[in-house]
Amino acid sequence: MRSLTIISAIFVKDLRVEWRNRETLAAMCVFGLLVVFLFNFAFAPGREESLRLLPGLLWVSFAFAGIICFNRSFAVERENACLEGMALAAVDPGLIFVGKMLANLLFLGIAECVIVFAASLWYDFSFLPSLKWFALITFLCTTGYVAVGTMFGAVAANTHMREVMLPVLQFPVAVPVLIAGIEASTGALKGDPPATYLGWIKLAAGFAVIFTVLSYLLFEYVLEE
Amino acid sequence: MSKTLSFNAHLLVTLVWVVVALGMVFLYAPQEATMGEVQRIFYIHVSSAWTAFVAYFLVFLGSVGYLWKHSPEADDLAQAAGEVGFVFCSAVLVTGPLWAKPVWGIWWTWDARLTLTFVLWLLFVSYLMLRSYVSSPGRTGALAAIVGIIGFVDVPIDYMAIRWWRTQHPQPVIAGGESSGLDPRMWVTLLVTWGAFLCLFSYLLRQRMWLAEARRELSALRRALGIRPSED
Repeated sequence: MRSLTIISAIFVKDLRVEWRNRETLAAMCVFGLLVVFLFNFAFAPGREESLRLLPGLLWVSFAFAGIICFNRSFAVERENACLEGMALAAVDPGLIFVGKMLANLLFLGIAECVIVFAASLWYDFSFLPSLKWFALITFLCTTGYVAVGTMFGAVAANTHMREVMLPVLQFPVAVPVLIAGIEASTGALKGDPPATYLGWIKLAAGFAVIFTVLSYLLFEYVLEE
Repeated sequence: MSKTLSFNAHLLVTLVWVVVALGMVFLYAPQEATMGEVQRIFYIHVSSAWTAFVAYFLVFLGSVGYLWKHSPEADDLAQAAGEVGFVFCSAVLVTGPLWAKPVWGIWWTWDARLTLTFVLWLLFVSYLMLRSYVSSPGRTGALAAIVGIIGFVDVPIDYMAIRWWRTQHPQPVIAGGESSGLDPRMWVTLLVTWGAFLCLFSYLLRQRMWLAEARRELSALRRALGIRPSED
């Protein structure tokens, strides 16, 4: 019960900070949309091709939007030594991680909805027929991606060259969720039976569980001075 | 003095072993039926790959040891294994295309094991980059250990994902089923070469750990004398 209070305190704090300046979410959405926009020039896909390219395009866009989110998530905590304040609080550091991770999950989820909506208009593609499966896949893969990203965001906040360090850490480790996300969403958007991409969904779920638990356990060493 | 002696002995054993291994690669091992002489790079390639995986395992062990016991030696081990392992992993990525071009006709293909090795190489790169970018030197060990552990846990998941993603690559030659297999002389040559590589690896690892220890001692002495600690 006390754990939930701590998690929700961090979560609500992050939401309130974001509500007051609305910087991170705006940056994520604009950046994500720009990626989708540029891909249009890179490949100039026709109606048929866009179905083949869309899942990969969306995931590249999500991945970059996520990087902005994780960078900001701990950059704001560096100001006024907030991270040190959190480290001094007499609570399980893992709970602080969970609170920040849930906030990041919500932000990236909102950005993903905006990006998907725009892509649906720009490429004249309806996500509605396969929305249920597509949403499940995106949710699971995003959870795993955010678990690793929140952790690495905290690690990268302790380095100079923070903006460069985070993607260098994040992308190699996130390879399994990116592959799973792209492969499973391709199947779902094509309207294949779910059994054909169920393996990818399980992999994404496993990744999310493993890295959430691992990050929860390791987070105290990031805060430790 | 005994340390120097042990290093020199280790170096001597490594040199002799490497020469023996090279002799076996070129003179003892039989020529492969379809690929010919070029296949002999296999011994170097596979030995480097196995050594790189051993190195990443040592990064993991050192990382866990450091977080658990806070011993600087464990951090030295992780750092040394990361740096030396990176060299061996790079050797895999160099010898691979050299072998692939004459045999497959292409330098590179996004096949499962190639992609996995590339991911492992990126994990080494990110680990080493992080070590040099941490702002306060006292925090390097803990932050690097976190990255080392997460990276190590990620490798088997990467392997599964990449294998599913690209399943059309050639089946493993070693322990890959009934039709696969190596000539016994090839096996012996491979194991001797791997032994030589491990010997070289452990020599470099010890040198690197010794250097890290010497650096720590030096900065402790500087602190004791009231001199501002050097940048590293």
